[in-house]
Amino acid sequence: MSNNKVAVYRKEHFNAAHKLYNAAWSEEKNKEVFGLCSNKNFHGHNYDLEVKVVGEVNAETGYVIDLKLLSDLVKAEVLDKFDHKNLNLDVEFFKSLNPTAENIVIVIYNILRKQLNEKFDLQIRLYETPRNFVEYPV
Amino acid sequence: MNPSITFAAKQNFEEMVYLTRQEHFNAAHKLYNPKWSKEKNEQMFGVCANENWHGHNYDLFVTIKGEPDAETGFLYDVKKLSIMIKELVIDKLDHKNLNMDVDFMADKMCSTENLAIAIWQQLSPHLPADVKLYCIKLYETQRIYVEYFGD
Repeated sequence: MSNNKVAVYRKEHFNAAHKLYNAAWSEEKNKEVFGLCSNKNFHGHNYDLEVKVVGEVNAETGYVIDLKLLSDLVKAEVLDKFDHKNLNLDVEFFKSLNPTAENIVIVIYNILRKQLNEKFDLQIRLYETPRNFVEYPV
Repeated sequence: MNPSITFAAKQNFEEMVYLTRQEHFNAAHKLYNPKWSKEKNEQMFGVCANENWHGHNYDLFVTIKGEPDAETGFLYDVKKLSIMIKELVIDKLDHKNLNMDVDFMADKMCSTENLAIAIWQQLSPHLPADVKLYCIKLYETQRIYVEYFGD
């Protein structure tokens, strides 16, 4: 049986403020664990996002998925909610979840997974800086 | 060949060199003029006016110019330059809120343009007389940057 599965990727980016802070801990413990990242007035990043969709190439269209549809989905469900926002204050998912790169990538996966046909495999890679990045699921 | 002729020719040769140190820092900011209404700020600055801030990974290129020292071969000790940039610029900006936490940005609009000028003003007085600051190049995103040459 032939395997004609292909991975297609959409790259996006968003700019956001955040801080790493556990409200259940003291100021000192936050500083000890999260260092500069716990600065109470926030700091920020240019996040780069890679959305990977794996599926069979459709015989009629030649597509795995229409990348315009994927692009519109990522924009509406992720970028419009995250870009030029404060992740701690403006994004509902992080009201009680520390916005580390790890937690952000899981949140983005869960958002997009709900919207994508289950015949597709989905994986998200998120760059917080050019040298720090995370992937989910693994 | 007469060695004195070779020496004289070398003396007239221009040896101006430009040296660049690259740094980076991550910071929050917003573009917001407190003299204006919220509506006017949103009209002018769009999503950048978000009252709860947003942020960037900034890339900074500091370029100095001068002639290499005859004995060391250095335009300037890059370790000294690195420490100077770290203490006067990076330690004050990295993982900070540019509007709230940075003494040399107080009462200024935190645009990339103003930040580049302020970084120049932080560094310029601390360089020796024979080393000139040539350019501050500051990337706010991979696709947007400003350059300031002290003019």
